[in-house]
Amino acid sequence: MTTMSKVDLSVEIGSLKLKNPVMPASGCFAFGKEFADFYDLGELGAICVKATTMEPRLGNPTPRVAETPGGMLNAIGLQNPGVEKIIAEELPHLRKYDIPVIVNIAGTTVEDYVNVTKRLMDSEDVDAIEVNISCPNVKCGGIQFGTDPQMAAHVTEEVKKVSHVPVIVKLSPNVTDIVAMAKAVEEAGADAISLINTLVGMSIDLNKRKPLIANGVGGLSGPAVKPVAVRMTYQVAQAVNIPLIGMGGIMEGEDAIEFLMAGATAVAVGTANFVNPLACPEIIAGIRTYCEQNGIERVRDLQGVAWKELAR
Amino acid sequence: MARLTILEHKSIADNMRWLAFSAPENLTYDPGQFLHIRVTDGVDHLLRRPISLCKVQGANGEQQAIGIAYRVGGKGTRLLADKKVGDTLDVLGPLGKGFKLHDGDKHAILIGGGIGVPPMVELADQLTQRGVKVTSIVGFQSQNVAVLIDDLNRYGEVLVATNDGSLGIKGFVTDYLTDERLGSADRFYACGPIPMLRAVQARMEGNVVGYLSLEERMGCGIGACMACVTSCVMPDGSVGYKKVCKDGPVFHAPEVVLG
Repeated sequence: MTTMSKVDLSVEIGSLKLKNPVMPASGCFAFGKEFADFYDLGELGAICVKATTMEPRLGNPTPRVAETPGGMLNAIGLQNPGVEKIIAEELPHLRKYDIPVIVNIAGTTVEDYVNVTKRLMDSEDVDAIEVNISCPNVKCGGIQFGTDPQMAAHVTEEVKKVSHVPVIVKLSPNVTDIVAMAKAVEEAGADAISLINTLVGMSIDLNKRKPLIANGVGGLSGPAVKPVAVRMTYQVAQAVNIPLIGMGGIMEGEDAIEFLMAGATAVAVGTANFVNPLACPEIIAGIRTYCEQNGIERVRDLQGVAWKELAR
Repeated sequence: MARLTILEHKSIADNMRWLAFSAPENLTYDPGQFLHIRVTDGVDHLLRRPISLCKVQGANGEQQAIGIAYRVGGKGTRLLADKKVGDTLDVLGPLGKGFKLHDGDKHAILIGGGIGVPPMVELADQLTQRGVKVTSIVGFQSQNVAVLIDDLNRYGEVLVATNDGSLGIKGFVTDYLTDERLGSADRFYACGPIPMLRAVQARMEGNVVGYLSLEERMGCGIGACMACVTSCVMPDGSVGYKKVCKDGPVFHAPEVVLG
């Protein structure tokens, strides 16, 4: 991007300084290498890599994805080569882009989360931890932490104790009261919240008379979930005092603007990366264009305008 | 990634269509690679459809056309079938690892089943250009869905099997894999449904070296989403997952563990 734009796109997530509010969502970008073939990853505000567990995980059988109206279901099952390989082989190449690297972590017990965090603290390539307490696709895969405020608070507290980088907690939308979840992790010391993870869903193959996805249930993402995600961002932003990373069905710049207006400080782009490898840079350009056309000098001025009394 | 213009689009058998795009400049490709195609610009059908490259027409340096042959199955491919000549589509690719050609080969057996037949056309073309004799063995459910036999005939003998005997022999492609035929072949290349690939893999083991091209439900097509994994024997002997879109779709036959 060589445009000499006057718009200030920079935002801050705790101590993380982002030159623009756009990052890929965990699990939708692997470890970045595939997308580096399409554009300079240094254009991103930050990068959030695929969930890391202590031990390697093979993940679920196939089919792992299914298209649904306006979205998709996935049940990958946290396939990843384990924290050791990720530190050695996947994170170092990201350092050259000079953008914050957020490592998403997952586990089945509090000890798992703590141990992965401790191990990641030995790496200089980790700028923040995103605690995935919301993966719907593995048995005991963290989602129990994502649906019970006390357990969410407990895992947040324990990870905070061993992390010297900001801790972001990623919330599940599969709860009755998202605000209660958000408040619980804020009180437990979370530096930021990302929301939302996928909505649990299912699709049936009429010929086989069985779920389309081998795992049975999968996580719904894409434009179909955007109104749910915007609503939750809007509610949570008014209830907590920590920054939010909003996500769910962002396909273009104007979708991102919606999340900012709902109260997010930054946004993450997930499913769109699978459809269009250039989604993130195009969304950044879209945000810039929106700001230019609407006389917005600083993108952070949009944060929460949908509910703040004095807009602009 | 490019917007490609449709030059030709027609039915070639029941629920089978041929579509040719204007190729982007400086097109590089291997037989067996695939195009990842958006069937609409809206968000109702979000995911791309992976479809094998069937034939590239026109020499390098002049205007080329990329042809694909696809089956109209679900809602997505029905939308694709509605596209007209002159319409443009958002196409990513060619992607993935295609069929590898080997110096010194004199005779190759190409085996295609159903919608696994299309990638054999470009492969047959490239092999014959290198002086390799090609024998194509193709299988279909029935005559009404048989495609590309005339195209393959240009490159060498074509042997046809159908499940119902309406064209060629009644039976399977493996019925043609006689000892004599295997004895004369340096290599095989196969693409088709899993049961066919399993039978071919078993028959060829210890007899002829070759490649299998796999199909799997895909997300991104570039190796990022981990949706299209398949079980493979890893270099250390263990069994793990490889990605059909990026590590494949073409694999060395012995490394694939077919479930």
